[in-house]
Amino acid sequence: MKSPSKPKATEERLDEIREAALKAGPAQGPQTGESYYGLPVLKAPVWTWEVPLYFFLGGISGVSACIGFIAQLFRSDPAFVRVCFWIALIGASICPILLIADLGRPKRFLNMLRVFKLRSAMSMGAWILVAFSNCAFLAVLCFELILRGLANPFLISLLWLLEGSAAITGLLLASYTGVLIGATAVPVWSQNRELLPAHFLTSGLGGSAAILELAGFLIPATQVLGFVASGIETLIEIFLEVRKRPVDVPLHHGRSGKALRIAGLLEGPAALLVRAFLGASHTGRYAAAVCFLLGSLLSRYAWIWAGRASADDPHALFNLQRKA
Amino acid sequence: MARTAFLTDATVCIGCKACEVACKEWNEVPDDGMVWSGFSYDNTKSLGASTWRHVLFLEQPSVAGPQIADTKDPFRWIFLSDVCKHCANAGCLEACPTGSIVRTEVGSVFVQPDVCNGCGYCVVSCPFGVIDKRPDDGRAFKCTFCYDRQKAGLIPACAKACPTQSIQFGDLDELRLRGRNRVQELQERGYKDARIYNPEETSVGGIHASFVILGEPEAYNLPPAPEVPTVYLKSAWTSALVSAAILVAIVCAAFAF
Repeated sequence: MKSPSKPKATEERLDEIREAALKAGPAQGPQTGESYYGLPVLKAPVWTWEVPLYFFLGGISGVSACIGFIAQLFRSDPAFVRVCFWIALIGASICPILLIADLGRPKRFLNMLRVFKLRSAMSMGAWILVAFSNCAFLAVLCFELILRGLANPFLISLLWLLEGSAAITGLLLASYTGVLIGATAVPVWSQNRELLPAHFLTSGLGGSAAILELAGFLIPATQVLGFVASGIETLIEIFLEVRKRPVDVPLHHGRSGKALRIAGLLEGPAALLVRAFLGASHTGRYAAAVCFLLGSLLSRYAWIWAGRASADDPHALFNLQRKA
Repeated sequence: MARTAFLTDATVCIGCKACEVACKEWNEVPDDGMVWSGFSYDNTKSLGASTWRHVLFLEQPSVAGPQIADTKDPFRWIFLSDVCKHCANAGCLEACPTGSIVRTEVGSVFVQPDVCNGCGYCVVSCPFGVIDKRPDDGRAFKCTFCYDRQKAGLIPACAKACPTQSIQFGDLDELRLRGRNRVQELQERGYKDARIYNPEETSVGGIHASFVILGEPEAYNLPPAPEVPTVYLKSAWTSALVSAAILVAIVCAAFAF
């Protein structure tokens, strides 16, 4: 295509171009906002897919041990208690593998146990996981020995001690992950540091009840726990939707926002409604359990994605720090 | 040994990147890619696992101030060599679960590469976004404050290579005083927005690598009020323990009835 012919540049035209350029002034650099070219100030989390999955499984296995111990206190069916601790043990066996796989130098995983550092949630987590998996393993071992006719007073009191320790360390395992990401420089995590442990524990509670239901224990207790967990998750979901802070943008927008909303709906209202209306039937309870588990798993990934989005946004960080 | 420090002065930096080159060569830091960023002469963009000195190039419009004080320059071009801050309360050091990150006798924060297992927790715990994990290596890296050179009585490679004394190295207290004097001198000369960047009043408690800058710290991607993340631990753990107690009560209730 031939362009329409234009008059050849004259001396006047060149003057005109010069005037226009003077009027426009110097080229403006991209630095018009307050940050350095909008580049991130913080480094985004480097954790890969194993870590959110570990958060999820750690939550379930930790709370399972707690449920098992309390069930035994209230003289529930020993078969139920046994499955609780088996779930705890299976989870406790997978968790370290996931964590080690995420390390940059997996062969050096034992370096985690060089120091015991109260100020480092990661160090505390490593010790909690070691304590929990040992307690869960020994508790299951004791349980199986007693079931096979080795019941003597020593073994029985040892079982109680081990189960109690597994329950306590299990609760720490299910909740410390919220502390782990809450006590970081990432704004959306640190500004939700009080919500995160409660959210993760509730998620672990519902997930554990769901796994027990799927394992066939459609008893009233798991029904109640399922109700409570999805009820609290519904409240958390409402709270997050109502509270609009600039720092929480990644919880509402983008990939992390979308994922967190879907996760919240699955864990909260969806699981609650299915349980309320179809909870009388076995299928209804299975459906509610699956619903909660999917939401719980997705929410851990959503929180990590939200952390990445938050770390990448220099303006959110500046706003937060200027306000303080 | 006395505590040592960096004082990096944006007002005498010429953006030559000798510090970046010297650091890379002395510390044998690997190449971190050749990418045109489009942001002035800065193609490095930020500090990272393989960038321990990073020269920023700020292109500011006249509202920020003139290039030469008391003139009508329409444009201001500022350079600053950024580096690990070696915080008095260092987020990375507190977070490290292996004890790989330590405080040296000169007051700097040092990552022992033979101990680090690449857990990545320091990466999210640095309020300045300095330390990062090197993907091909798996471990976390940052400025060593040329600990090896300091032990041998030499000054850090970047400070040695700097042709304009923009990067000054010396005793912590002495450099703090020198920084204050420099800011006063700059203000007297007409650079009204000259200031020290050293967040002493936050939980970070001051940094061992402070800066003389013009204008707001945000323009340099320096956080105005950084906090060491350990300040969040108390409320987070309290929430965890209270929630756990409530959970126990709920489970007891579920089995009691």
